Amino acid sequence: MDVSFAFFYLFAAVLLGSGFMVVAARNPVHAVLFLILAFVNAAALFLLLSAEFLAMILVVVYVGAVAVLFLFVVMMLDVDFAELKQGFLQYLPIGALIGVLFLIELIAVASFIVSGGKIAGAPLAINAVAQGERNITNVKAIGDVLYTTYVYYFEAAGLILLVAMLGAIVLTLHRREGVRRQSAAEQNARTKLTAVELRKVPFRQGV
Amino acid sequence: MMATALPSILTILPELVLATGALFLILTGAFQGTRSINLVNGAAFAILVVAAIATVFQTSETQTAFNGSFVVDDFARFMKVVTLLGAAATLALAIDEMSRQLQKPFELAILVLLSSLGMLLMISANDLIALYLGLELSSLALYVLAAIDRHNAKASEAGLKYFVLGALSSGMLLYGASLIYGFTGTVSFAGIAAAVKGGSGPGLMFGLVFLLAGLAFKISAVPFHMWTPDVYEGAPTPVTAYFAATNKIAAMALTTRVLIQAFGTDAAEWRQILVFISIASMGLGAFAAIGQRNIKRLMAYSSISHVGYALVGLSAGTQDGVNGVLVYMAIYMAMTVGTFGCIVAMRTKDGSVETIDDLSGLARSQPAFAFVLMVLMFSLAGVPPLAGFWAKWYVFSAAVDAGLVPLAVIGFLTSVVGAYYYLRIVRVMYFDDGPARFVPLSGVLRAVLAVCGIVVILFGLLPSPIVMAAGAAAKSLF
Amino acid sequence: MVNDLLSAYLPLAIFIGVAVVIGLALLISPFLIAYQQPDPEKLSAYECGFNAFDDARMTFDVRYYLVALLFIIFDLEVAFLFPWAVTFGALGWFGFWSMMIFLGVLTIGFIYEWKKGALEWD
Repeated sequence: MDVSFAFFYLFAAVLLGSGFMVVAARNPVHAVLFLILAFVNAAALFLLLSAEFLAMILVVVYVGAVAVLFLFVVMMLDVDFAELKQGFLQYLPIGALIGVLFLIELIAVASFIVSGGKIAGAPLAINAVAQGERNITNVKAIGDVLYTTYVYYFEAAGLILLVAMLGAIVLTLHRREGVRRQSAAEQNARTKLTAVELRKVPFRQGV
Repeated sequence: MMATALPSILTILPELVLATGALFLILTGAFQGTRSINLVNGAAFAILVVAAIATVFQTSETQTAFNGSFVVDDFARFMKVVTLLGAAATLALAIDEMSRQLQKPFELAILVLLSSLGMLLMISANDLIALYLGLELSSLALYVLAAIDRHNAKASEAGLKYFVLGALSSGMLLYGASLIYGFTGTVSFAGIAAAVKGGSGPGLMFGLVFLLAGLAFKISAVPFHMWTPDVYEGAPTPVTAYFAATNKIAAMALTTRVLIQAFGTDAAEWRQILVFISIASMGLGAFAAIGQRNIKRLMAYSSISHVGYALVGLSAGTQDGVNGVLVYMAIYMAMTVGTFGCIVAMRTKDGSVETIDDLSGLARSQPAFAFVLMVLMFSLAGVPPLAGFWAKWYVFSAAVDAGLVPLAVIGFLTSVVGAYYYLRIVRVMYFDDGPARFVPLSGVLRAVLAVCGIVVILFGLLPSPIVMAAGAAAKSLF
Repeated sequence: MVNDLLSAYLPLAIFIGVAVVIGLALLISPFLIAYQQPDPEKLSAYECGFNAFDDARMTFDVRYYLVALLFIIFDLEVAFLFPWAVTFGALGWFGFWSMMIFLGVLTIGFIYEWKKGALEWD
């Protein structure tokens, strides 16, 4: 048995366990922490597939940003934990049903492969790049195609990000009235003429 | 490294118009603030119309761009024109509605532009990644649009529900797409079609099922319809019109292209799924709408049943069937925009109302308004010789030709049931006494209602332009 | 090939192993060697001698969420820049301009965000 299998099973087991705990944890904050553990393990699985770039992106984006966002959301909600748990058993049957469905599907797919089912293959261009040069790095393999061959996907992704930005601002930004704000430009634009007034004060009479 | 030739600018002109237009309007809105509201709204409407005109004048040859990810054929052009016209008409409704409200977010028009762009990308998608990106671009903007009236609890609820269930459906769609990619080794529809020809295993079948589940959510077909009534009721009325009139059309175009072009050789496998979805949608839409008091909820169930009728045509899987789907969606767009225009017009001095009883006595107080609504209701019910009847005629006859006689019979029976609740609205307007007294309709509303009414009436007398365009469009898929 | 990969990450694997051992040791040793006398008061919140008035958990303002979300968007944008930077020499003008358009789209979003005042806290 290969060492990499041992690592695969280790990471996969922790991933499944923490995934289960995300659902089962009583405290939503703990659930988010388990989610982070799940992300890290998924990143490790990517490493085993020698997809280093994706592994690092998973850590940077999902652990570094998405999980933090989830923490904010959890803390934003005034959740009554006991109440939250009450519906849990109620949804168990339908959840179990879906789980069983996925299991059957996995078995069907696995048996298809084991019984010698052939997967037809016209690999994507990215594979062709990777096969053309054996010692090409992951990042380079993506970079070679993402900005030229797949420019359409790339720009569409940019537009999706733009919509996300618009949406976040439209839905959550509210300006409070009557807040005094600093205007650096206005402050810098002040000249001696507008800021200082020179008065001739008559002797012995005061201002 | 693979070089990419820049696509001919004409191939992607409508998309380019929408994208650059939206970007310019964002800048305008950002710098001018709410003062620019009229400029942004007007410009957005003009951009949609220009994009529609650009689509009409595109060459009718099939062209692909971006290494085959993006395809423009007659089918795409027909659906794009319908979608863009629907978007322009519903944007006009939104502008009219906005003029009477305190909140005037200029982002609404921009989000409409960007989500329309997403729909165009969906319609032109020629592989699974392009499909997903287009879908996500349009859906993301729609989630925001549903909740854009954010001080309204119902609208926020609608947005949240739509978002959570939409994310779930996107997940299912992606899971299906990954299975399909895993078993065929390609994401392009042509490649999938070549792989399917050799017979599909259980894995590929599961992939298709999940993909269909995700798409069924987007067209709100039973059993993935649960969100529809709540979201349609909660969202602002013009936004609801936008959901019903454009998003469904784009998603239906996508479903048609996936099933015919990628899985066309495997029609026997997906036909039973479609027949089931279709019967369930027609049945549920017809029976669940009977008890509704709120006209927006009623229209939600009505839209579910109309998706069922359109799927009857798709179940046939033939060129005639696709032709039926195209005609159906075009007519459905006109009827839906018209009906929602009427709902937008249901304003009293104290604000908007949306129950059916509020319409009682309308025939006496505003006979023209009542007449247009009556025509639309008769058309939705499928009363000859109005457009709705011909729409059903095309899909049912395609189903009968393909040997799906029981499906056509069930469709006929459910449309009889459905006629009950459409005609009830007519009865309330014409035979009930009531205080219905809405504020006079604005010029924009009059124009939208008049156009929709004329289309619905004229199509029965002069169907050939739309039917011929749809015929050419259907031909380009096979 | 997979074993090459593992040997490349051997230091990391050893590091994780050591971290797990130390972490577990520190978690478990108190149970074995520390003096234990549990008391509910030891776990309760200490607030200047009063009983705690309410839960320490406060609801966060929605603005934190907005900042986090805007951060994620630019985080993703930067993620797209890495492969571009690595392959920049081979991409040519086409690759250059495709990234410029991508950045341009997001810059328009950024200008919008700035002008709307989403970057101000109040």
